[in-house]
Amino acid sequence: MNVVLENLGPILEAFWSTVLLSVASAIGALVLGTLLAGMRVSPVPVLRASGTLYVNTMRNTPLTLVLLFCGLGLGNTLGLKFSETVTVNSYWLAVVGLSAYTASFVCESLRAGINTVPMGQAEAARSVGLTFGQTMTTIILPQAFRSVVGPLGSVLIALIKNTTIASLIGVAEAAASMRTLIEFNGNAVIPIFIGFALGFMVLTLPTGFLFGWLSKRLAVAR
Amino acid sequence: MNDKPTTSGTAKRPRRQAQASVLYDAPGPQARLRYNVYTFLTILGLLLVAWFVFVRMDEREQWEAEKWQPFFTSQLWTTYVLPGLGGTLGAAAVAAVLALAFGMVFGIARLSDHVWVRIPAAVVVEFFRAIPLLIMIFFLMRGSWSLFGTSISTFWAVVLGLMFYNGSVLAEIVRAGIQSIPRGQSEAALSIGLRKGAVTRLILLPQAITAMLPAIIAQLVVLLKDTALGYVIGYSDLLNQWRNLSSAYINLIPAAIVIALIYIALNVALGYLATWLERRNQRSVRSQTKAVTGPAEVGVSAAGPTAGGGAAGPRA
Amino acid sequence: MRVGRIATVASAVAAMTMALSSCGLIGGNGGGGEAESVVQKAEEQGTLTIGIKFDQPGLGLREPDGSYTGFDVDVARFIAQELGVPEDGIEFVETTSQNRETFIEQGQVDLVLASYSITEERQERVSFGGPYYVAQQDILVRDGDDEIQSVEDLEGRTLCSASGSRSAFNVTETLAIDAQLREAGSYSECLELLSGGGVDAVTTDDTILAGYAAQQPGEFQLVGDKFSEERYGVGMPKGDTATCEAVNAAIAAMYEEGEAETLLDSNFGPANYEYTTELPEAEPCA
Repeated sequence: MNVVLENLGPILEAFWSTVLLSVASAIGALVLGTLLAGMRVSPVPVLRASGTLYVNTMRNTPLTLVLLFCGLGLGNTLGLKFSETVTVNSYWLAVVGLSAYTASFVCESLRAGINTVPMGQAEAARSVGLTFGQTMTTIILPQAFRSVVGPLGSVLIALIKNTTIASLIGVAEAAASMRTLIEFNGNAVIPIFIGFALGFMVLTLPTGFLFGWLSKRLAVAR
Repeated sequence: MNDKPTTSGTAKRPRRQAQASVLYDAPGPQARLRYNVYTFLTILGLLLVAWFVFVRMDEREQWEAEKWQPFFTSQLWTTYVLPGLGGTLGAAAVAAVLALAFGMVFGIARLSDHVWVRIPAAVVVEFFRAIPLLIMIFFLMRGSWSLFGTSISTFWAVVLGLMFYNGSVLAEIVRAGIQSIPRGQSEAALSIGLRKGAVTRLILLPQAITAMLPAIIAQLVVLLKDTALGYVIGYSDLLNQWRNLSSAYINLIPAAIVIALIYIALNVALGYLATWLERRNQRSVRSQTKAVTGPAEVGVSAAGPTAGGGAAGPRA
Repeated sequence: MRVGRIATVASAVAAMTMALSSCGLIGGNGGGGEAESVVQKAEEQGTLTIGIKFDQPGLGLREPDGSYTGFDVDVARFIAQELGVPEDGIEFVETTSQNRETFIEQGQVDLVLASYSITEERQERVSFGGPYYVAQQDILVRDGDDEIQSVEDLEGRTLCSASGSRSAFNVTETLAIDAQLREAGSYSECLELLSGGGVDAVTTDDTILAGYAAQQPGEFQLVGDKFSEERYGVGMPKGDTATCEAVNAAIAAMYEEGEAETLLDSNFGPANYEYTTELPEAEPCA
């Protein structure tokens, strides 16, 4: 365990980077995912079709490739620059990739949630003259969100674990840190692995319990 | 209450239509005009993005014929892509079989009447679900030397990593599937004198498998996608061959686009298989058991440690 | 019927388990086949399995027609010939930086020539013949970029290196140069970033850089400020002294006959790369 303790500073720093990556991507994915869910149930066929195409493409591409596209395609070929500092730039490119990928799963969860809202509610909303946008934002989505807190928790946990792949495009998060440590301490692979596994469990397990509790708390009584 | 579908993947497609049409009125003249405006704006926006991407790629000389022409030669496919595809499918197939076995064993073990079976099984399943697959595979590759005093090949590092993770998720699906069977069934079976093992084997599992099938296939799509993680340890899969072929042809970006399309085609095909199986099941099985919801099928890693959160099927 | 299906699954599982054990999930040690040492196998069977890189132009590259080119490949062919293995007796296998030791330990390859630097840590798991070449760490920039003349000029610039490699560490930590580091999955990605303007320079062994420069003439140039040596060895199963000695003799012959210079020139010629043609001092085989 000595290797882990000696390098505790950099390791915690790397995990902090994992947390930042997860939080920013979660926000991005939630916003984009809600938008996509709205598109997929909207009255405009083109919006529905593009939403469906987006979700199916993202869901069926390995995240590794999505992130490589962000690092090389967006960041280099398309010349998207968030910052002059390379590390900051890589961080935001990874956030874009993780958000874009995770959004498709948020969208699908939400769409399932929309299905749990009784039809009568939407019919009632229409009959009092609400438009599609009003029906969605004031009636359907609030209930849909409450019914999919559990699945959204799973998506968030998956996202936290998926941030490890950002190491491929040069983000110095926990997996990159583990890799470097192993590269320089080849004889202490096991303690290093245990240390990082514990670190991830500290992040994922409480998140799971929190969302389990929340989903019970917020469940719509029917 | 309406007999609303649970959040199961099963009923999405047909019911979405019904649901969606409930969300808005049939458009009148004004609404139709508005929809047309939205349609126009959406198409305009998409075209703008496409134009921007096209121009930027053109500036970077990504459309040069010599970067794309190789894809029309048979050599590129026989030298790089097909062997890579073989690596990906091979690892996925072996990992799928092992993960199913792992899932069955641990899913049933978690429902055991014996605490000394139930608790260790739970610990194993929760552990593998809580840590990222990437660091697991990396550890299997680099740590096997310290752990076993010998090393395991890249193939087995990928396969075992996939087995541990997807097997744990499948264990939760199996558990939820068995729990979704009405309790009366096992009570009836016990009362006519079947042993516990026989109840599981003859009564619960056959029905549970039917209910679990969509979720299992969804998880297998995840597994297939996750083989791409073999890239980090140099397992010679499709993504690894992308590196090789783009080194030979100097066409990193075009090659990445083509490889991504192959992955998408593979996964979409598997997805259709899932839908087809679901339909077939719905037609042929007149079981009361409802489909078990898979834990949100999120790439590399899905599902939370809360047992109820992801994989709980509807109780009868 | 359903029970039948379960039985099928069960038997499939059983078959898999058997396959698992017979495939050698946990591999034995030793270099392939029944032979005790690699050199013995080469002599008796006339075949060798050699691990090379498949994605390094100039060193080890799998060509579209399925052939292999590069300095490592040529050296491998020369050594194999000296060990009595004809060219069609060589099977080339891909090894990457992450899995070279594993491939040797598993017996999946007999020898590894894959820009494989001799380090003490690796010597705990495998043995090395050679070195057959001593590479230097260097810097590659876009052609016509005269602002970076030495490693010190990297101060404040962006620098690409493969993730987990020591090359970047040498610049930012050992030499304490304040360069911004962009890590990438492979050097091909680094080169894409370099040509697209995503980074200002790429650093690693000069052989690797020269390989890219030779592959795309007129696109990149080597800075030529050499720091930190990398001694390329021939990886082989640990303790295979006989093979180590035979390999060292082959390498000495390669330099004596002038073959080394020919191979270096044919692979790196267009890169304007000043290679050395002196026989590197061999490591003791023990």
